[in-house]
Amino acid sequence: MTITKNQNGSQLDMALEGRLDTATAPQLEAELKQSMDGVTELTLDFAGLEYLSSAGLRVLLSAQKVMNQQGSMVIKNVNETIMEIFDVTGFADILTIE
Amino acid sequence: MNTTDPNEMTVEATLDNIPAVTAFVDERLEALNCPMKAQMQIDVAIDELFSNIARYAYDPSGPATVRVDVDQDSLAVRITFIDHGKPYDPLAKADPDVTLSAEERQIGGLGIFMVKKTMDDVRYEYKDGQNILTVEKRL
Repeated sequence: MTITKNQNGSQLDMALEGRLDTATAPQLEAELKQSMDGVTELTLDFAGLEYLSSAGLRVLLSAQKVMNQQGSMVIKNVNETIMEIFDVTGFADILTIE
Repeated sequence: MNTTDPNEMTVEATLDNIPAVTAFVDERLEALNCPMKAQMQIDVAIDELFSNIARYAYDPSGPATVRVDVDQDSLAVRITFIDHGKPYDPLAKADPDVTLSAEERQIGGLGIFMVKKTMDDVRYEYKDGQNILTVEKRL
């Protein structure tokens, strides 16, 4: 997975490319941990993301919990396969998807 | 077990081997002109099921076999995961509550729940000292 970060003050954009699964979720977790301090607006761009597994959901959930405390988190450009995963797992209600 | 069977792969059940197993299955799916969405759902199922085996079947580790079978009549692909670790039926677990808020959420059980929702059939049996988990997806 490739992660492209773009930070502008308290705004952080991360574009993900590839697959968010058991092998790659720790990479996103580490990137978020490193960059989330002081961020009030976090945007995750899924345009280049093929799919995610529960390992990815775990990282998104903990990021959402942190952002619930310090600002907001938005996920954009979600493909059909990923949207279905968000729907069946109830994550569509927890996350803000644009 | 026939190790020369081109539709079967046996590797050490470790998280590091998930990409190799996924690549092996994808190669067979691509030969079938499997729709991209079904392939991605199957890849997610592999990630969930193989990681389960890697984490829980053995202490410290052991082999797992992944088989790909195609039913030409119903145009369905069947993927079988076999290990001889401790007996464990992932389907016996209750489905997670998917209506809870972020703060109340648990991730445990979500993986197998996703597999049940995206595959057409998921079966478990314990036979001859082996955990045999089969998922079927119609193409």
